[in-house]
Amino acid sequence: MARMPVQFRLNGSDRAVFVEPAETLLGTIRRGLGDFAPKFGCGQGTCGVCTVLVDGEPRLGCLTLSVTCEGRSIETASGLADGPTLHPLQAAFMEHFAAQCGFCTPGMLMAAKALLDRNPDPTRVEVVEAIAGNVCRCTGYEPIINAILAAAQQRGARRA
Amino acid sequence: MTRHQGRGMASINYPIGMNLGGDPSQALVHANPDGKFTVALSAIDLGQGMKQVSRQIAAETLGVPIEDVYVDTADSDTGPHDMGSFASRGTHRVGNAVIVAAKEARGVLLEAAAEELEVNADDLVTDGKGNIHVRGAASKSITVKAASQAAQFKQGKTISGRGIFLIPLSNVNPETGEMSPVTAYAHACLVVDLEVCDETGDVKVNKMTSAYELGRALNPRMVEQQLVGGAWMGMSHALYETPEPYYPNPEHGGRDYNEYLLPGPGDIAPHDIAVLERPAPDGPFGGKGPGEMCANPVLPAVANAIFNAIGVRIDTLPITPEKILRALKAQGGARPQVRRA
Repeated sequence: MARMPVQFRLNGSDRAVFVEPAETLLGTIRRGLGDFAPKFGCGQGTCGVCTVLVDGEPRLGCLTLSVTCEGRSIETASGLADGPTLHPLQAAFMEHFAAQCGFCTPGMLMAAKALLDRNPDPTRVEVVEAIAGNVCRCTGYEPIINAILAAAQQRGARRA
Repeated sequence: MTRHQGRGMASINYPIGMNLGGDPSQALVHANPDGKFTVALSAIDLGQGMKQVSRQIAAETLGVPIEDVYVDTADSDTGPHDMGSFASRGTHRVGNAVIVAAKEARGVLLEAAAEELEVNADDLVTDGKGNIHVRGAASKSITVKAASQAAQFKQGKTISGRGIFLIPLSNVNPETGEMSPVTAYAHACLVVDLEVCDETGDVKVNKMTSAYELGRALNPRMVEQQLVGGAWMGMSHALYETPEPYYPNPEHGGRDYNEYLLPGPGDIAPHDIAVLERPAPDGPFGGKGPGEMCANPVLPAVANAIFNAIGVRIDTLPITPEKILRALKAQGGARPQVRRA
């Protein structure tokens, strides 16, 4: 089948690519555009490591077709840092030892960003719900939950 | 429907490494022309902190700032031989090898500095900030960088060191069967508080409380990270994970994360950890390391807590709701055991 043109914003830059009709957003971002932050895990939407934001909403890159992203704004963990300055979530993940092997981290960060963007002051339960679709083998989740709560608090303090 | 409370505990003595063939680790340390050091290892860092701990040990032994040490792992083409990252051996075996290598490299570094300063190398000390000076005379000094450059561009020396840690192979005594497979043990005790629903077989973990003795905690926050995360890996083995739920029948194995279960962020419970530091005589700076022991005591503690809650002994893992319901049916209902305060 003929390849199709798709245009969207990736971390603030306009991108235009040709994709297969059945190509996933994860495949386009990684192989087509060379952004390897979102990871390929289970490939069927059960582990969360491919989580990216589409117009601010968390989406599973492995289950999202690229052709449905025409004109949308995509965010990945690669776009979180501002030059050498880490995003508050990234800094909090470091401070709280929220990564060991690091494979779940890009997905956790994006799920957390989606939460904090719509709810700057979440409860612990809301944080747990926000990352409930993301599997982590190493950390026992506790440091990740603490990091997200700390990042929210820090952003709150900056606004005040 | 009743949710029965249960408490279980487990204690372990856990061997650091396994000396069935000497269990060697090697390290190579060398200075680069900028006066910074590279530590070459073949031990793998899977996120548990092997690189960080090796870096701390190398910097401490060399007497240089930690920023000036780079650890290169996981390239078995260029790194020296290592048995690997397993058996809770990394900190102990690799750390000891790094100390030996770093000591030798430090010796060459001080020789080079002594030649430049025209003093005896035995009189030199490092300040840990990148300087070498005569003991008691801080003004008679040279930077590590200048000494490294003098060695490499003037004196014709490589500032390098080789290290190996090898425990002599322990043979089995044919009379008694005795052997000494390990030289260091770590210890732990863990208590699990949980509740078991006698209608659904569901187990909810409410709290873990543990004490770990693992030599000196060379990096206390990484130790804590290991213990917090590892406990939930243990919990996953105790209550969730298996590729063959009806082993030896291979059917009904999980094919994805909908069927192969792991704890999610909503399943975790508070874990109160006490780390007891008793430096090990043969450990690097007294360290033994948490290793596999993070996960292991959780499994028997959970089985004991379930027995305490409902009076059934489940002796295969994981302890699924199905196994609990079948056991309760066979027993004719829950029989909560005595619970001591």
